[in-house]
Amino acid sequence: MESIDTPFGIVEADPAALELGEILVTEDGVEVEVVGLDPLRFEEAPQEDEDWGE
Amino acid sequence: MPATLTKPEPRIAVVYDRLRPEERMLFESFEQEGVAFDQLYAPHIAVDFSDAVPWSKYDVVIERCVSQTRGLELSRIFEAFGSTVINRPSVIEVCGDKLATNAALAKYNVPTPRTGVAFETDAVLKLCEDFGYPIVMKPVVGSWGRMVSKLSDRDAVEAVLEHKEVLGGPQHKVFYIQEFVKKPGRDIRAFVVGDEVIAAIYRTSEHWITNTARGGTASNCPLYNELVEIALNAAKAVGGGVVAIDLVESERGLLVVEVNHTMEFRNSVTTTGVDIPARVVRYAASLVVPR
Repeated sequence: MESIDTPFGIVEADPAALELGEILVTEDGVEVEVVGLDPLRFEEAPQEDEDWGE
Repeated sequence: MPATLTKPEPRIAVVYDRLRPEERMLFESFEQEGVAFDQLYAPHIAVDFSDAVPWSKYDVVIERCVSQTRGLELSRIFEAFGSTVINRPSVIEVCGDKLATNAALAKYNVPTPRTGVAFETDAVLKLCEDFGYPIVMKPVVGSWGRMVSKLSDRDAVEAVLEHKEVLGGPQHKVFYIQEFVKKPGRDIRAFVVGDEVIAAIYRTSEHWITNTARGGTASNCPLYNELVEIALNAAKAVGGGVVAIDLVESERGLLVVEVNHTMEFRNSVTTTGVDIPARVVRYAASLVVPR
């Protein structure tokens, strides 16, 4: 595990094991989504939308 | 000259957006079953309809998007390019709209709670009076028990109608009304893969909404004839594939409440002892075209 500095805060993760679409939580509780692997890119995870579901 | 071993080109893809525990479990099952597959992250997909090559190479595509809109569009694209999609767009269209689900279930005589629809305040109130209170009002599109209301009297119905009026949008002008079924603190979810009910769980909660997404707890529900028969019929009614059938136990027997086309099963593998993602992977592999 490593500390990764994202634009939204620091997350603890193994960079080699990250997958697209994975949700991580920063130390301050912000949910971030992995949107790129090479290079690693993060975006603030979208909140639940009206059409989300199973 | 030594033989060269090349990895087989994946003939199955999983298209997804948010990586939930279910998608992780599916990916692990593909690895464990030794079935080659591609992970397609939906937000990165850009389709040029004049170039089918990147998209037509898959015999089977498992659609696992949390956004139903995105999932439906992608399933249409992959089906148009020749893939068998789990689930087919027609199945998503039916399951993604509660009224369409009810229409399909009615056609196959699948028992459901008494259900009605109206589009205007007076007609809604008349329907509610006919059903008798309490009634349940749900959005036609939605999941995880979101915006589902149990309304005990006319005042409560009028308050919700007023809120929906303020929300605006065409979906909030379709009023889907269902009788309130007294259930024994639980409902049943049956998992159907192809032509088989592979497992079922009870979802128990002190709240009348028993979704595990809303805190309901899962326990194993042994399969029995009535459950299997109704679940299979419900799956057939919506067009088959891999679906989860939600049912309630009532004085009239089992009633189907809804059918889910991108089923969540994170709480159900250990609970039932059935490796649900492995069963989905094997089902997908069985649909690969022999060459």
